[in-house]
Amino acid sequence: MKWHRKDLLDLQSLSVEEIQTVLDTAREFKAVGERHIKKVPALRGKTVVTLFVEPSTRTRISFELAAHRLSADVINFNAEVSSLRKGETLKDTARNLEALNADFIVIRHSAAGAPHFLSRVLGAHVVNAGDGAHEHPTQGLLDLFTMREKKGRLAGLQVTILGDILYSRVARSNIWGLRKLGAEVTLCGPPTLVPRTFEAMGCRVVHDLHQAIADADVINLLRIQHERQRKSAFPGLGEYTHLFGITRSRLADTKPDVLIMHPGPINRGVEVDSDVADGERSVILEQVTNGLAIRMAALYLINGGKATTPGAN
Amino acid sequence: MSGASVEAAIARLSDGIVQRYAEGSRVVLIGIQTGGIHLARQLAGHLARAWQSEVPVGQLDVAMHRDDLDQQLAPKVHPTSVPFDISGKHVILVDDVLCSGRTSRAALDALNDLGRPQRVELAVLIDRPHRELPIQADFIGEHVATEPGDRVDVQLTEGNGASQVFIESPSPRSP
Repeated sequence: MKWHRKDLLDLQSLSVEEIQTVLDTAREFKAVGERHIKKVPALRGKTVVTLFVEPSTRTRISFELAAHRLSADVINFNAEVSSLRKGETLKDTARNLEALNADFIVIRHSAAGAPHFLSRVLGAHVVNAGDGAHEHPTQGLLDLFTMREKKGRLAGLQVTILGDILYSRVARSNIWGLRKLGAEVTLCGPPTLVPRTFEAMGCRVVHDLHQAIADADVINLLRIQHERQRKSAFPGLGEYTHLFGITRSRLADTKPDVLIMHPGPINRGVEVDSDVADGERSVILEQVTNGLAIRMAALYLINGGKATTPGAN
Repeated sequence: MSGASVEAAIARLSDGIVQRYAEGSRVVLIGIQTGGIHLARQLAGHLARAWQSEVPVGQLDVAMHRDDLDQQLAPKVHPTSVPFDISGKHVILVDDVLCSGRTSRAALDALNDLGRPQRVELAVLIDRPHRELPIQADFIGEHVATEPGDRVDVQLTEGNGASQVFIESPSPRSP
């Protein structure tokens, strides 16, 4: 058991013990979710603000439900109709939220490092719910949790992350966490989205799908973020699907017990076919359930962390 | 306390419960993580022999129900496992040491989420003074006079008489 941090900002800065602490704690919070009464009083009287400057529905709902299940009060700050539209700076917005005695700020922002900035200027606990293409730590942790739960271990596991790696914060959080815990990571996709520079993070980079998935224990599919790519990284979705889409026939080339994962939302028929996404190897919906447990664990753990504690970030 | 006196204290706890309940058909034991788990199992063994029937044993973690979560590092969360229905039962909460009463309060709260027992009682191996809440044990193995700063460490080993209870004082006792 090791957790001193006031904030959860990324997986890059977490130690192996800290990651394991979150995963172990989440296991017990998952059990709470399976009870008749799914709520515990751990954050009673605390206020959690979800400050989503970039739109997201599922992550926000997951955080809000996690906070509710811990008995916190939850406020959703909607950037689309807020003062941020009127030119208020992020710092001023956050300080105003803190002046309302918000204890936790869960932030999603298109700028990498925005949560780290807030953690320096605020006394409130800060959780990164996705910052640009940098990290999405709770998604990374819930992916690790799901793999560990299903496969019984992470060390030595062969994990293939497939798709839009370059623009993906989910990929980066996965890579940091998986490498720290001893898993082998293969990245695959079009060369424009999977540059060799990722080899510096300890990953194998391949551009041939068969080579990438033949020995995989886990295939983590990333969404093709066609809205995020400013210039076309590949000729078209049809070509992407032809070369990298996971279909039932392509699963014949994999280990029979390979796990199919996806952070959602799925582009059915693009990165994955419906009969694979809904098939017996898919754990996509379990990832959603586990995400709630991970977010409860994260809020629970950082609640006890203090900025002044030795070892804090 | 040495092995023999720990065994004697557990026997006293068991005798007290048997005196109260002539038969155990509605009694369930729930050990509080982590110190109450071993004790609950040992106690269940004694009671099963006295009643000639198995006594269900569960385990309850109170970390999420503590009242000091923002004043300390988050305590480790241990599994809660109560694989039976406690509604209408006579629940005996089991812990190794009763001191401030805050753990017992949290346990009552946590128990509430699992069902509505007919009655809840508290059994502790070691009863210390220094209560901070109006909570008393119903079944007590041993009263031990301690100073507020003392640490009481109960080490239970099942079946070989090697159980021990240590009292550690941070500074020498005043005479």
